[in-house]
Amino acid sequence: MTEPPITAAPAAPARTRPGILGSDFKLSSLPWWALILIGTGLILIYLILASQPYHETFTYLSVGMIVTLRITVSAYSIATVIGLITGLARTSKNVVPYTLSTLYVETVRGVPLIVLMLYIAFVIIPAVASVLRVLGGWGYSAVGGSFFSNLSTIHSRDVSFEIRAIIALGLGYGAYEAEIFRAGIQSIGRGQMEAARSLGMTYPQAMRHIILPQAIRRVLPPLGNDFIACLKDSSLATVLAVNELTQLGRLRRASTFRVFETFNVLTFLYLAMTLMLSGAVRWLERRMKFEE
Amino acid sequence: MDPIIVVRDLHKYFGSVEAVRGVDLEVHRGEVVVIIGPSGSGKSTLLRCINHLEAPTRGEVWVDGKHLTHRQTDINAVRAEVGMVFQMFNLFPHLTALQNVALALRIVRKRSREDAEAVGMEQLCHVGIPEKAGAYPGQLSGGQQQRVAIARALAMNPKIMLFDEPTSALDPEMIKEVLDVMLELATAGMTMLVVSHEMGFAKAAARRILFMDQGLIVEETTPEGLYTAPKEERTRQFLSKILH
Repeated sequence: MTEPPITAAPAAPARTRPGILGSDFKLSSLPWWALILIGTGLILIYLILASQPYHETFTYLSVGMIVTLRITVSAYSIATVIGLITGLARTSKNVVPYTLSTLYVETVRGVPLIVLMLYIAFVIIPAVASVLRVLGGWGYSAVGGSFFSNLSTIHSRDVSFEIRAIIALGLGYGAYEAEIFRAGIQSIGRGQMEAARSLGMTYPQAMRHIILPQAIRRVLPPLGNDFIACLKDSSLATVLAVNELTQLGRLRRASTFRVFETFNVLTFLYLAMTLMLSGAVRWLERRMKFEE
Repeated sequence: MDPIIVVRDLHKYFGSVEAVRGVDLEVHRGEVVVIIGPSGSGKSTLLRCINHLEAPTRGEVWVDGKHLTHRQTDINAVRAEVGMVFQMFNLFPHLTALQNVALALRIVRKRSREDAEAVGMEQLCHVGIPEKAGAYPGQLSGGQQQRVAIARALAMNPKIMLFDEPTSALDPEMIKEVLDVMLELATAGMTMLVVSHEMGFAKAAARRILFMDQGLIVEETTPEGLYTAPKEERTRQFLSKILH
């Protein structure tokens, strides 16, 4: 077979601008789910602006949205600290940190979050308060001083239910995040630790400078997804009568009987928050993929 | 003069498998020793026991007068004096070439950033790639990565360099650039223990060649001796497979 002599470079294909109305436009390729969501959202926004009952519901519930965000951010910050420490302990060869961390993770993950919330709010917090009270009493009779006298009068009433919800949510998500951090640390090849140790770094130095910077970059997207889950689960604080978004929705329904408006706006507010956040996580994921 | 590495009756089990079955070895300052042998013969394990990346099951290892298998020895201080180069380079992918070379100086040797980076730059020049100082490992070729890895180990100013099959993961055209750096190092008088089947390097640089098989040093010879008259049948068979 003989090839024809090359006389000129083949003409470059005409550059087409890919776009929604490009040449290979197909109706089925549109992200219909997003369009439907945006359309519904626009209708809700219109109702909030134009209809008096919707407007009142929105004004009432937006206070709860602030509380929901406050609970989520506080609980998630606690969970990240607990998760990092526990995740490190889970990869430890030392039996004490390994046992303690595994006990914590397995216990917390085995209990429904709503039960964990009730248990911490009504069992753990009062128990800790009475132990502190007893210790304070001993300390006061033995040493005296205002520190022990304050301690001896401590009461679980002093701990608001919002704080209890934050502690419970933080402890629960700490266990979930611990597993994310553990997986991230274990996904870094053995050779990295060996190279660091062979240069004379100690285990903590190698962890801090070599393993964790790589592991954390890798677990950012799952951590972001967990933040969204944490935001949704903050609604469980309604069982502790904390005035967050869901609780205010239930109160609103009970006092006005405007069931339809209340739960429409309630659901819309949650979706608005979670969808925006998951957009951010998706952007993060794409960036990570690009970097690798 | 006292040997800088002494290994006495070294045994290492992985589960029930005995990877090293009683090895004795002495290496003197400035010596270049090449270890050859079939895969699974315990070469890498022996090397990794010398900087305690593997803890020996039984036996003693002394490095520069320090008893590695003794509980009270500061293993990190010993490792800082023993450079290691890995088959898969193991560069830190989140750091630039210069940061790879300078990091341990700052953390382990507590040198200032300027100081560490000056030494790092010097070492990158030494291995011939100063222009890649700002590049990340993912942007370097295999040969360049391995040279950065050598520079990283050299920056600590080690007394001994261990090489664990440093050219086995490289494309053929990149092997020479790494071997050239190693040859230069050998000429400069570095104590080197090299697991490698690069017989050209062994011939040019090695004072001794050890042949390992099934966890034992079967034969010890000079480069010339290996070519002319291997004493052991197993050595002869192995050589006939790697020399063409």
